[in-house]
Amino acid sequence: MTPASFLERTAPFAFTLGLFVFWEAVCQLFGVNPIILPAPSAIVEATVTHWKPLLRHSGATMWTTLAGFAIAVAFGVVLGMIVGWSRAIYRGLYPVMVGFNSIPKVAVVPILVIWFGIGEIPAILTAFLISFFPIVVNVATGLATTEPELEDVLRALGARKLDIILKVGIPRAQPYFYGSLKVAITLAFVGSVVSETIAANSGIGYLMSVAGTNFQMPLVFAGLIALAIEGIAMYALFAFIEMRTTRWAFRSSFAAGG
Amino acid sequence: MTLTYAGASGGGVTAVQGLDLNVERGAFAAVVGPSGCGKSTLMKLATGLVRPTAGRIAVDEAVVEGPVKIAGMAFQNANLLPWRTIRDNVLLPLEIVEPHRRRFRRNKAEYAERADGLLALVGLDGFAERFPWELSGGMQQRTSLCRALIHEPALLMLDEPFAALDAFTREELWCVLRDLWARIGFTVVLVTHDLREAAFLADTVHVMSARPGRIVASRAIDLPRPRELDVCFEPEFVDIVHDLRSRISEVRQ
Repeated sequence: MTPASFLERTAPFAFTLGLFVFWEAVCQLFGVNPIILPAPSAIVEATVTHWKPLLRHSGATMWTTLAGFAIAVAFGVVLGMIVGWSRAIYRGLYPVMVGFNSIPKVAVVPILVIWFGIGEIPAILTAFLISFFPIVVNVATGLATTEPELEDVLRALGARKLDIILKVGIPRAQPYFYGSLKVAITLAFVGSVVSETIAANSGIGYLMSVAGTNFQMPLVFAGLIALAIEGIAMYALFAFIEMRTTRWAFRSSFAAGG
Repeated sequence: MTLTYAGASGGGVTAVQGLDLNVERGAFAAVVGPSGCGKSTLMKLATGLVRPTAGRIAVDEAVVEGPVKIAGMAFQNANLLPWRTIRDNVLLPLEIVEPHRRRFRRNKAEYAERADGLLALVGLDGFAERFPWELSGGMQQRTSLCRALIHEPALLMLDEPFAALDAFTREELWCVLRDLWARIGFTVVLVTHDLREAAFLADTVHVMSARPGRIVASRAIDLPRPRELDVCFEPEFVDIVHDLRSRISEVRQ
């Protein structure tokens, strides 16, 4: 560790703290209406008073997000492997997937509500629908970009397609896969909260929309902060898993084929 | 071992045509030629990765109809798997080729010993546990040679294996390849741009022309073996390189 790294390590905390101090100062100095923008102190107060419902609804959001994310991982890996397996399937499915991905998922929620009613299931499915795409693309890319020369070496030895996928494709796709999990979990959060806001009776999204209609702005912002904390925690978890599982990809200049 | 090619075309463009090449068992053949003359197609034909549209390819008197399995290959890029140690990279072919494939799990220790022996032979003693990114380009290429030889192939196909290395490392690896060949005695087909490399290593140098690629001249190199690097500065050697160079200039016209 070099001396400069102390500054680097503390910088994220210093900046976050600084942001809240600045926010508080602006609210106090200009006397901002708490209906427009509550000060951090008011948000903390709301968090303390309403900690029970906040915790319960956070738990609900966490559950729907993780459930949708788990389905997305399973589905994304399988579809990614199918797509990465052959060029024909890749070319056939790609436009369909891009088209599907470009639909704003908010537009799908009413349909899901008609199918499954108000509640958890639309939230889980929205989280799934919004987050599987990056997993599919990354797994497929990892498989499809195997160096052709390496494939020749193995094929000349009599390797079958399955051998090449197992020995080269899957290990090679791993850094792509773990990288995509970071993106997917964040998206899954977006999906479940969007769905909760529109049609649910639990979850942070529901809590925020109810608090909003009652003009309890500090509670709305407390919900936002709770979401941010959950999001950061999940992102950090998957970034950590990524580092641990594919150390070789960070060490080697992967793109240079080293 | 006899390889006979007689014309082949791929995907509308005729890559090689009327190409006749014979390599005796245990011989060291080099193929030189201008870029785009179908050298890579030749590699793929000989190993059975590509089927000829016309003509006949035979390795060891048997007509090639699919991947030949008795060939080892190495390319300009070492193409090592970054998540495997050097030893596991070398062992990769044994996980594919029969009969090793079936025996691999049970006899891992025995095979690992074999890999370490081969690594020692190319001067990579003690690097078996390292990862590819910890090694220099020349060392990676040595590993790639070991990987091409671990399953004891009768035929070694090399596609410009030293082209990406600096001049000193390249000459070092010429000697590594020379010694491996003298010791193990496989058949080599070396595709290269480097005329000095071809003349230093090979028994026979074949000159290819471009589009459609075919062998326009073959020249036996009768310099005595074992050859040391100093041979490169002898007038006889210089004459050979000069001669090869003028033949290539002819086909480039």
